[in-house]
Amino acid sequence: MSFEVQIDMALDDHAYALQFASDAKLTALVGPSGVGKTSTLNAIAGLVRPRSGRITVAGEVLFDDAAGVNLPPEQRRAGYVFQDARLFPHKRVEANLAYGENYAPPGSRFISQDEAVRLLEIQHLLDRFPATLSGGEARRVAIGRALLAAPRFLLLDEPLASLDESRAETLLALIERLRDKLDLPMLLVSHSSADVQRLAGRVVTMTAPGPA
Amino acid sequence: MSGAEWTIVMLSLKVSIVAVLVTLPIAYGLAWLIARRRFPGRMLLDALVHLPLVIPPVVTGWLLLIVLGRNGAIGSWLFEQFGITFVFNWTGAAVAAGVMALPLMVRAMRLSIEAVDRRLVGAARTLGASPVRAFLTITLPLSLPGIAAGAMLGFARSLGEFGATITFAANIAGETRTLPLAIYTGLQVPGSESDVARLAVIAIVLSLGALLVSEWLVRRSQGARAHVL
Repeated sequence: MSFEVQIDMALDDHAYALQFASDAKLTALVGPSGVGKTSTLNAIAGLVRPRSGRITVAGEVLFDDAAGVNLPPEQRRAGYVFQDARLFPHKRVEANLAYGENYAPPGSRFISQDEAVRLLEIQHLLDRFPATLSGGEARRVAIGRALLAAPRFLLLDEPLASLDESRAETLLALIERLRDKLDLPMLLVSHSSADVQRLAGRVVTMTAPGPA
Repeated sequence: MSGAEWTIVMLSLKVSIVAVLVTLPIAYGLAWLIARRRFPGRMLLDALVHLPLVIPPVVTGWLLLIVLGRNGAIGSWLFEQFGITFVFNWTGAAVAAGVMALPLMVRAMRLSIEAVDRRLVGAARTLGASPVRAFLTITLPLSLPGIAAGAMLGFARSLGEFGATITFAANIAGETRTLPLAIYTGLQVPGSESDVARLAVIAIVLSLGALLVSEWLVRRSQGARAHVL
């Protein structure tokens, strides 16, 4: 199984429960906005703690409240590509890319900065600060930054949102290549199921819960 | 500047610089606690930090005497154990200046720490940074303008500190008589109006200089968009 998630989430504004297991290379999580897709990614990355449940990725238990397991984010090694890219504003693109690379355990790296730069076509951006990048450029840099940290799995939050059609197509093709080239379980969040038909081996649909 | 004026200026600079340097890490730690942690007594800590800003400086000086004076709770112990005494001593002036500067420094730093997007810290963690590394590489550099602003405000406040200093460390020429105390002393002596005026101009120049230097430092490290004030 690439992802086995069974969580009970209690957030400030809403609570929900979600359960799925997927052995697809790329699993898509779809549903209307506000249903908890991003919160689920945060829980898998270790940024929020579910009230209870169990999260296993590629056979490793990341969270299991019954067993008292709750790995901190830096030990989960998620390659998390945030919807807003979340690049470090005080570092140039090159330093952003290198950030996680420095923390990756030696021997676990599967891509060099040169390769990532070529794959993502971001050579011309290396000296720029994130504030000067377009949305699509920032997202490509964010993907590179995540890959260079030698993650054990990828979390992609709305990677195609707010991109024009040709940019979205480019990125879609890139994600397809990553999926086929790398041996990484991928979990992709999208609000539109049309986007993911082409990518996902498995689609998990989240629906709004009824009144509590 | 005359020799006496030079002594006063150097003493003021020494007192203010030491006060700011010693207070800086304490203020940053407090600012971080108040901005980022939720713990019982946080409101109380916040109020305590702000106390020197709201109570009369003379009262702060008196409280310092009670706590750190030769017969004070901590002061007597420091003297017996280490022979350290703050009263009638330039270090006492630095303590008074540091305590008075603390709330301003905490406020400036707290604002800049709160302005650092916590989600960036989360991103750093997912990339493999421990909480300490994430703090050192993300929160600390991004709150640098607040540190500079806090240091500048603290320095200006220390340079102008009067009430707590004269109460706690007294007004001793060459030891605790900083610029404001010298100006006050000059005002007590008929016929020294021009001396007072000269000291006042020096005080203004020093304070403006501190503002310009910190503005320059922040611009150099953060680019043209950042400002101290």
